[in-house]
Amino acid sequence: MNDFYNNAIGHWVVVVVAMALLLFVILTATAYTVWFERVALGRIQRRPGPNRVGPAGLMQLAADGVKLAFKESFIPANTDRVIYVLAPTIGVAAAFLAWVVIPIGLWYNVTYWIADVNVGILIVFAVSSLNVYAIVLGGYSSNNKYSLLGGLRSAAQLISYEMALGLALVPTFMIVGSLRLRDIVDYTVSWGPYHGPIPLILLTPVGFIIYLISATAETNRTPFDLPEAEQELIGGFLTEYSGLKFTMYYLSEYLNVITVSTLAVLLFFGGWYLGPIPPIIAFLFKVVIMIFVYIWLRGTFPRLRYDMLMRLGWKVLLPLAMANVIATAVVLVAVS
Amino acid sequence: MADEKKDKDEKQPSVAGDIGALLTGLKTTLRESFRPVVTTMYPEDKTPRSERYRGRHYLRRYDNGLERCIGCELCAAACPVGCILVIAAENTDENRVSPGERYAKTYEINMLRCIFCGYCEEACPVQAIVLGPEYELSDTSREKFIYTKEKLLEPLPPDVQARLDAPPSAPHPDPLPRGGEG
Repeated sequence: MNDFYNNAIGHWVVVVVAMALLLFVILTATAYTVWFERVALGRIQRRPGPNRVGPAGLMQLAADGVKLAFKESFIPANTDRVIYVLAPTIGVAAAFLAWVVIPIGLWYNVTYWIADVNVGILIVFAVSSLNVYAIVLGGYSSNNKYSLLGGLRSAAQLISYEMALGLALVPTFMIVGSLRLRDIVDYTVSWGPYHGPIPLILLTPVGFIIYLISATAETNRTPFDLPEAEQELIGGFLTEYSGLKFTMYYLSEYLNVITVSTLAVLLFFGGWYLGPIPPIIAFLFKVVIMIFVYIWLRGTFPRLRYDMLMRLGWKVLLPLAMANVIATAVVLVAVS
Repeated sequence: MADEKKDKDEKQPSVAGDIGALLTGLKTTLRESFRPVVTTMYPEDKTPRSERYRGRHYLRRYDNGLERCIGCELCAAACPVGCILVIAAENTDENRVSPGERYAKTYEINMLRCIFCGYCEEACPVQAIVLGPEYELSDTSREKFIYTKEKLLEPLPPDVQARLDAPPSAPHPDPLPRGGEG
C-alpha cells in the first residue's frame, strides 16, 4: 500500500477515490441533516415532521431532490447571467473545499483525510470566507432590491463575525501549538494519573462559546439569518433563485452546518476520542449532538435586529475573543 | 449542552439575567420536544365532527325505496346562491317515483357554488334533502362538481334492493313502484 501511495499516479488514484467517497458520504450526511433538522424542529413545535415518504420520512429528501431538480431553471430578466449562475456554484464549492482538510477518525490510529495540511484550519477559514462571495454575488446579480439588501447584510455580517471566529480559535492553537486539525484532536495531557487526549473545551470554554455564536452567524442560520430574513427581505439573496441553483445554496447551507459542527467537535470536544467508545461512533455521536445544538438554537431564538447583530459582533464577541487570547497567553507563559 | 451565551449585549437589567432568559428559552424548547405530538395524522385519523355538521347533500328515500323529493322546488327558492336546479315531473301509476303528485326528474346541485348554509334542508317540507357529514369533496374538473340526482340520491334500502335483484320467476305481490307512503 505504501509503495502504491508513494508512486505519483498511485497517489492521485488514492486521492481521487478518497475524494469521491468523501463526496458521497458528505452529500448523504447533508440530506439526512436536512431530514434531522425538519424532524427536530417539528418535535420542538410538537409536530411529527416529515413522516410520509419512506419509513419515518427518511426518503423525503429524495422526493424533495427530484422535485427541485425537475423545476424550471429560471433566470429573471436583466440579471448578470454569468455571475448569477456562478454564485451558487461558488457557495457549494467553498462548502465542499473545507472538507479537504477535515480528518475523520475511523478507528484507533486510522484516520481518513484527503490532505493532511499543517495549516489545515487556516484553509478551512480561507474557503469558508468564500461563502460570502456566493451570497453577495447572488444578491448583486439578481437585479432585485431585496436580493441586494440580503447580499449586503451578509457581507457586513460575515466580515464582522469572521474576526471573532478566527480569534476564538487562537487560544486553541496557542495551547496545542499546531494548526493541523489532527494534532489538535490528538493533543494529550498528563494530569496526575490521567494521560491521554482531552476535549479542549476544558481549557478554552470562552473560545467555544464565541465559536458557537460566530459559526452560527457564519452559516447564516437563525438567529443570524439576516441575509435571508423571509419576513423582511422576501428571501434575501435567495429570492430570485429556483430549481437546481436554489438547491445549491440550500446544499451549501447545510454543508456548512455540518462543517462547523465537525470543526467544533475536532477543536473543542476531542474529536473521535470518547473514553472506550469506538472512534467512528464517538465522532458521529458528537457531530450529531453539535448539529442538534444548531437546530435547537434555530428552534428557540428569534432573529436579531441588524444593529443588535453588529453590536454583538463588534462590541461583545470581538473584545471578548481578544481578551480570551491575551488571558490564555498570560496563563500559558505563567504555566511554562 | 445548555451553555450558549447568545446575547451578551443587553446590559440594562443584567447580563446574567439575560443569559438566564436565553437558557430558559432553550430549556423550554427542549422540554417541548419530548412532549407528545399534537398533530392529527389526517388522511388516516380525522377529527370528530359535530352531529350537526353540514357537508355534502343527500337526497333521501322512504323505507320502501320511494324518493322523498316531491319536486316542489322550495329548496331552489331558498338557496341564497342559486346552486340547486329542480325540474319536476308528474308521477303516474306506471312510474311512481315519489309518494306525492310530482317528483324531481332532474335534481342538480352545483357544489362549487354551494355555501353549505343548510337553507335547502330547512325549506324542504318532506325532509328529502339533507346535508351529510362528508367534507372531502375535492375533484379534478368543474364539470364533476355538478352533482346530479344519481350522485345525490341515497342507495335503495337493502331489502328493496334485494327484491329488485331477485329473479323475475317469483313475482312479488307488491312490486316496487306501486304503493303509497311506506
